Amino acid sequence: MFSDNPALYGLTVIVVGVGGCLGYFFLSNLFLDKVLFPASGPNAGRNINRANMIRPWLFLFPALFALMLYLAYPVFETLRLSLTDRDQGGAFVGFANYSQMMAEPKFWEAVRNNMLWLIVVPAISTAFGLLVAQLTDRIKWGNLAKSLIFMPMAISFVGASVIFKLIYDTRPEDQNQIGILNAVWLKFDGGIGSVLLLQVLPSMLLVGFVVIVASVAWSFVRAIVAKGEDHSGWLLPLRLLVAVGALWLIWMSLSSLVGLWVGELPYGEAQTWLTVPLWNNFFLMVVLIWIQTGFAMVILSAALRGIPEETIEAAIIDGANPFQIFFKIKVPQIMGTIVVVWTTITLTVLKVFDIVFAMTNGQWETQVLANYMYDKLFRANDWGVGSASAIIIMLLVTPILVWNVYNARKEMK
Amino acid sequence: MASIAGKKSGLTWAVHISVALLVLLWLFPTIGLFVSSFRTADQISSSGWWAALFPAEQNEVYRAADPDDNRVADGDMFVVTGNIFEGAPREIRAWGISSRDVSAYQPGDTAEMKDGESVTLQPDGSYVWRGNDKQLSGRGQRIFITATVPPEFTLDNYTTILFSGSGQDNMAKAFFNTLTVTIPATIIPIVVAAFAAYALAWMEFPGRAILIAAVVGMLVVPLQLALIPLLRLHLGIGIGKGYLGVWLAHTAFGMPLAVYLLRNYMVGLPRDIIENAKVDGATDFQIFTKIIIPLSFPALASFAIFQFLWTWNDLLVAKVFLIDATGSTTVMTNQIVELLGTRGGNWEILATAAFVSIAVPLGVFFAMQRYLVRGLLAGSVK
Repeated sequence: MFSDNPALYGLTVIVVGVGGCLGYFFLSNLFLDKVLFPASGPNAGRNINRANMIRPWLFLFPALFALMLYLAYPVFETLRLSLTDRDQGGAFVGFANYSQMMAEPKFWEAVRNNMLWLIVVPAISTAFGLLVAQLTDRIKWGNLAKSLIFMPMAISFVGASVIFKLIYDTRPEDQNQIGILNAVWLKFDGGIGSVLLLQVLPSMLLVGFVVIVASVAWSFVRAIVAKGEDHSGWLLPLRLLVAVGALWLIWMSLSSLVGLWVGELPYGEAQTWLTVPLWNNFFLMVVLIWIQTGFAMVILSAALRGIPEETIEAAIIDGANPFQIFFKIKVPQIMGTIVVVWTTITLTVLKVFDIVFAMTNGQWETQVLANYMYDKLFRANDWGVGSASAIIIMLLVTPILVWNVYNARKEMK
Repeated sequence: MASIAGKKSGLTWAVHISVALLVLLWLFPTIGLFVSSFRTADQISSSGWWAALFPAEQNEVYRAADPDDNRVADGDMFVVTGNIFEGAPREIRAWGISSRDVSAYQPGDTAEMKDGESVTLQPDGSYVWRGNDKQLSGRGQRIFITATVPPEFTLDNYTTILFSGSGQDNMAKAFFNTLTVTIPATIIPIVVAAFAAYALAWMEFPGRAILIAAVVGMLVVPLQLALIPLLRLHLGIGIGKGYLGVWLAHTAFGMPLAVYLLRNYMVGLPRDIIENAKVDGATDFQIFTKIIIPLSFPALASFAIFQFLWTWNDLLVAKVFLIDATGSTTVMTNQIVELLGTRGGNWEILATAAFVSIAVPLGVFFAMQRYLVRGLLAGSVK
């Protein structure tokens, strides 16, 4: 009867669920104080001490239980599952799942795309966030602007996917385009406007990107080259990794820069944006960037406000221009926060599944690891390979995990 | 800060303009969805939403009246007359009789077809269709017109989505399902995490430091790892797929962030208050409920908003732990994904469904934004 009326059913289960949870804490403490170790009678003092030894665990138990069961145990269980084969009744098969996965081109496609996501989304979101934070800092309606840019945080990935599907929508040649991107695109058919917007502007963006990547990479590599600096052993691989990644990115950007000027662009034809290989990945990334920029902005703007005014005043008196103040005074001082924001967005990117699932479902070479894993687990019903790809995601997260714990320990001391 | 040097920065205008551009760029997509949700299917497919306020050119198909019933003899030919607009006149720009050339003729022209058959369409929509016995039989002649349609906004889409739609088009059930998932999945983790955070912040017991480190470490564990082992567990202990399972999952997945945020906040509360209360004989349970909870309200609120947004917007956890084969427990995100698959071109349905699903979180967001920001800052930047 209840299940016929969703509202009534919902209300009932809400009351039972929340009531049960509150009941546990109340009743268990009551039991401890009144029945097990009552704070009265001959042993009152001893009982109070004993109750106080048990109480933390009473408080902690549900949280710990949930954490252990839902987060710690699955890590090991998934690891075990990734080494077994479901079809053989869960027999141990060693690394067979991993080698099977590695042999699949779709997996490598997912890895490649994930790498692109991991670099592009955090970089652009952080950069935009920093830009907006800096710009809105000085103007009166800055808070309003911030709220509006922060707003997509509240929108689900699925909702955002619908929003952007409308933007990328394509209609047949003879009909009006209702997707804004195609409507704009059709305005270009080779005139000076097209050259400026489709070739000069992207080229400038690409060159800017190369410069930023090169300077970030240089700041990482410099420490290896420079003498007399502290060569922390475990940082060396990280620095090399960053350098290699940066070189790859620079190569990618430069080759697409050449392609931009040499290749023929299909002017004046409506494009199905989500099926253009490689570029469609970027169209998907735009969705996440749109959502995450607000997050980066909020945190970075708080960090910018925290910069001591004296350093900026000193720079102004010394005649620094606004750009110098920003890049030479402000950015170095909030570097720690930038790293935190970057890491947090990286984590979001690794877990993101909804956008690809809703918009392309991994077709047209847009697969990412999280969606690949979902595909394996629930469509192909292949638990072994699915678990193996989940472990790959875990491996990618591990450095951040270690870094987080390391920082937390440092803070505690 | 610009005033420190005694002059207003020359860049101020550039700043204003670039912020305005960025804000517009960020708003533009959502506005598109919002506007589209109020337009009719015809209007959406005939012009972009940015043109919603202007009259649109629209192609429409009409059919002449049934010749078998309505034809009138005219010499050795027959004639069917009538008006294609029944009560809703349009301004005809051009018309045609073949789908290959829908704008071949001007209003008032006569379209000549094979063997003396002809159609004449007047600007007011009245037509004369003339032909011999064989030509004027069967179904009425199709008439394509290109008309200028005034802008039109409607609430019909919302009526369909919320009340009258059938099956997938009706989001009411999914809306309540989403609420049923979200409310307990927001409150339970707060209660559980608040107790745990208090224990980790203010109670002395062995192993506390290790537990805190463990919580921090679990902040980053991707929940993808949990899917298969826990689904097997749920099926094994008989919970199966259902609300209980999805609450447990959301509670646990939100737990690390909750404990972390709340502990950070509670540690910062003044030690004196708690110690005074202890001296006065209050138990930990009393201190927690009477002192800590009221003082921690900002942190609790900020986590509540996070968890609410997260569970409301979630797709993966619901897909794995909740939605079973019958599909009666579907949530809105899932229903929208299915609509994307089946009704990918019906933007009036899609846009409205998506807007219904984002309206509640947007409302919560704008109402409680202050707390959300405070929570973000407490959690991410120390």
